[in-house]
Amino acid sequence: MKCRKCGQKAAINMRQHKLSLCSEHFLEWVLQQVEKTIQKYHMFSASDRILVAVSGGKDSLSLWDILQRLGYTTDGLYIHLGIEEGIGYSAESERLARQFASANGLALQVVNVPEEYGKSIPEYARMSLRGQDKPCSVCGIAKRHILNRVAREGGYGALVTGHNLDDESAALFSNTLNWLPGYLVRQAPVLEADRPGLVRKAKPLVRMYEREMAAYALLRGIEYVYAECPFSTGSNTILYKELLDKLEFERPSAKMNFYLSFLQARQNGLFTPQADPDLEKLHPCPTCGQVTSAPGECTFCRMVAQ
Amino acid sequence: MTQAPIVTTATVQARQKTYEVRAGMTVRDTLLRLQLNPESYLATRQGMMLTDDEIVHPGDVIRLVAVISGG
Repeated sequence: MKCRKCGQKAAINMRQHKLSLCSEHFLEWVLQQVEKTIQKYHMFSASDRILVAVSGGKDSLSLWDILQRLGYTTDGLYIHLGIEEGIGYSAESERLARQFASANGLALQVVNVPEEYGKSIPEYARMSLRGQDKPCSVCGIAKRHILNRVAREGGYGALVTGHNLDDESAALFSNTLNWLPGYLVRQAPVLEADRPGLVRKAKPLVRMYEREMAAYALLRGIEYVYAECPFSTGSNTILYKELLDKLEFERPSAKMNFYLSFLQARQNGLFTPQADPDLEKLHPCPTCGQVTSAPGECTFCRMVAQ
Repeated sequence: MTQAPIVTTATVQARQKTYEVRAGMTVRDTLLRLQLNPESYLATRQGMMLTDDEIVHPGDVIRLVAVISGG
């Protein structure tokens, strides 16, 4: 198979785009695609300071690499969750995030949850009803709170995450299987800071396949944490991604069409803000000031106060 | 005098698993033979990425990079 641009041997074939490219032209193509996405959804501009949520995984490190190559002003934020589980998962993720920042002369802020709040995420999960089975729900609450807090305190123009098209289509699959109107209303490439206490959030990789992001990290030589989070084994997200990949294998571009036609339907008014059952309940948490639909304090503040 | 055995197989490594496969097939057919979805893996040989139509040669060591992550 040959590169469509230069005729040299291709490194990747993307059936969903009917496009095969060599390493050099693929890396160039990814930068162009991400820049187009940033412009299309008006995510942020060159004058904004951007905070990149960095997990040490392929998507967030690649995103940071891409944004700095595109000339955006970025800092990174790594959240040490205290997940060790015999493999030193958090320690290794932090090492790789620090290594990337240092090699590229970028600033990385680290929030260590056990040091700053007193307990690790698995410990908080064991204390919480919602985390008895797995800590993923508690982990999500803590990450959202801390990302928003640091972005707000630092006065950043936008907080960006490495969610790719596979993450978004798997979330959409879950939200649709369970018909969760609140989640469907809020699932978007950009979440506006439309309430006090919130920062603008954007996902510049929403149109990139996870396969493309793994290829980008590999071809760019970005060292990322390859081991899965020990708590993600058997997760619904992984199951949905496998199911969608089966569909993609039989029908190339199925994932892309699923997600992009959802965005189109959303833009055409299929999911109105009034469909969100939590809309009426939203209020600022009296302790941290972030928006919550929980009665009184937000779930995070109640959790750390226990 | 003994002759060296003729190598007709290749090795495929995916996460913790290692498979011995018959050489001569494409990367795509090799993955399908192993019941792995080509959409969910990137194949590499000596650190170079391979497209699905590449032939797996005898003695090759093909490392598969799993694409799916997330909890």
